Amino acid sequence: MLLSTAIVMFSLLLILGTIVVKGLPALSLDMITKAPESGYYLGGGGGILNAIVGSLLLAAGASVVSMIFGIPVALYLNIYLTRKSKLAEVIRVALDVMCGVPSIVYGAFGFAIMLYLGVRASLLGGIIAVSLLIMPVMIRAIDEVVRLVPHELIEASYSVGANRFETVFKVVVRQTLPGIISAVLLGFGRGIGDAASVLFTTGFTDRISFSLLEPVATLPLAIFFQLGTPLPEVQQRAYASAFILTVIILVLSLSARFLVSRYGRHMVK
Amino acid sequence: MKNRTHISVENLNVYYGDNQVLKNVTIAIPDKTITAIIGPSGCGKTTLLRCFNRLIDTVDGIKVTGKVLVDGDDIFDPQQDVTAIRKKMGLLSQRPFPLPMSIYENVAYGPRIHGTRKKNELDVIVEKYLKMANIWDEVKDRLHEPASSLSIGQQQRLCLARGLAVEPEIILADEPTSALDPVSSRNIEERFMELKNRYTIVMVTHILRQAKRLADYVVFVYLGELIEHGPSKEIFENPKEQITKEYIKGIIS
Ligand SMILES: Nc1ncnc2c1ncn2[C@@H]1O[C@H](COP(=O)(O)OP(=O)(O)OP(=O)(O)O)[C@@H](O)[C@H]1O
Ligand SMILES: [Mg+2]
Repeated sequence: MLLSTAIVMFSLLLILGTIVVKGLPALSLDMITKAPESGYYLGGGGGILNAIVGSLLLAAGASVVSMIFGIPVALYLNIYLTRKSKLAEVIRVALDVMCGVPSIVYGAFGFAIMLYLGVRASLLGGIIAVSLLIMPVMIRAIDEVVRLVPHELIEASYSVGANRFETVFKVVVRQTLPGIISAVLLGFGRGIGDAASVLFTTGFTDRISFSLLEPVATLPLAIFFQLGTPLPEVQQRAYASAFILTVIILVLSLSARFLVSRYGRHMVK
Repeated sequence: MKNRTHISVENLNVYYGDNQVLKNVTIAIPDKTITAIIGPSGCGKTTLLRCFNRLIDTVDGIKVTGKVLVDGDDIFDPQQDVTAIRKKMGLLSQRPFPLPMSIYENVAYGPRIHGTRKKNELDVIVEKYLKMANIWDEVKDRLHEPASSLSIGQQQRLCLARGLAVEPEIILADEPTSALDPVSSRNIEERFMELKNRYTIVMVTHILRQAKRLADYVVFVYLGELIEHGPSKEIFENPKEQITKEYIKGIIS
């Protein structure tokens, strides 16, 4: 066990080390404050702000969409369906399968939906694909915390004459808020780092775009394009971009921890 | 017993799946006193209590036949507004479960749901019922702290205040002191003695001495059947049924 832990930790350090060692020299203020200038991929000036902005917009949009659909589903599974419900079990198994489906499939599926809706490669298209990708993960994560809510707590709310809706939104959501926050951030993290689902759906652009219907750049694709060039200094920038992505995810999980401790103070054990 | 009481039960049968746990129970619970439901473990005391406010509904595979009348209305009638029934009764459970919010919010929760929104009105309500539950002095300087930061004994009194705040006529309690230390138990018992002139209190207990101390009326349940009920004195000093006698003497438990 110790050995496995050591191997895992070592690999993790190796990955981080590679990113830092290779990326740090290329990291500059320009990287995070400028969009690519002409000839960027040939070693020209500029940065990857386009991809940072694009990825944040995409992951945030997809997280919001998944949350809006996902939270009610998780609550439905636990509060409206009973503990022994066959339907709930079927839905859970289906969600677990969906969690395991490779992200390229969601990309392809998102692409099909886009064709059907007549949307071209754009932020919106990406949000559809990434939402599909992260929703099952988010729902199952929320499901697990809602499942732990003591039945007596729900009864305590019923016993003062609250109905199911009030109980769900005033008691269950409050009790599980820390878990919901971490589930959403988990989804966000999964969404921001995924390349395959955005490959066909978001397109790519060197401009900083905020429009839902325009293509946007994303960090994973920016890394992919930069690594794909034959020039070592551009490849270094790919590592720098990976470093930036890693930092974003790190900040995210730290803020998750902070928010959990902050909103967890009312939780009843 | 023809005079109408808040709670009366007629031919009540409850099944968990195929397992019948209450058998043809008929009883009228006297108003404005303490009624204790006693009986050995697993005999259906909790089940009976949970029929009164229909929390039993939340159990999978439950089947209920017969009637529970609360103020003359059959509460298992599908037409009944279950929230209105529950509002008439405060509930104390075996272990206190404060809601995941502040002390103040716990007491204000019920009144808010039932339409009291104004801050100053809620302030008055919160203070009044925290005082009634004898916990005001301990929490008045920390009303906005999480309820979960209170001790278990304090939490149980907070739950009492939360139940009282919706102005019920009935208090249901399922072994309300079994998780508490002796001092906290004493405190809850004293609250019950103070409240019994104004509320109809029904408590489940497996502590015979507690039933003797508090109850005016005793209901003895054995293996899902209502064996005997009557004024506390009668049941404890002069039980009619052999089995009640044995239970009270501690021969069966
Ligand atoms: N949710 C449930 N599903 C199936 N059977 C149940 C359920 N709850 C209780 N029972 C069964 O019903 C019977 C009566 O249970 P109940 O909880 O009413 O007893 P009790 O008198 O309150 O016991 P105790 O003194 O242990 O609290 C028991 O045999 C129990 O196993
Ligand atoms: Mg019980």
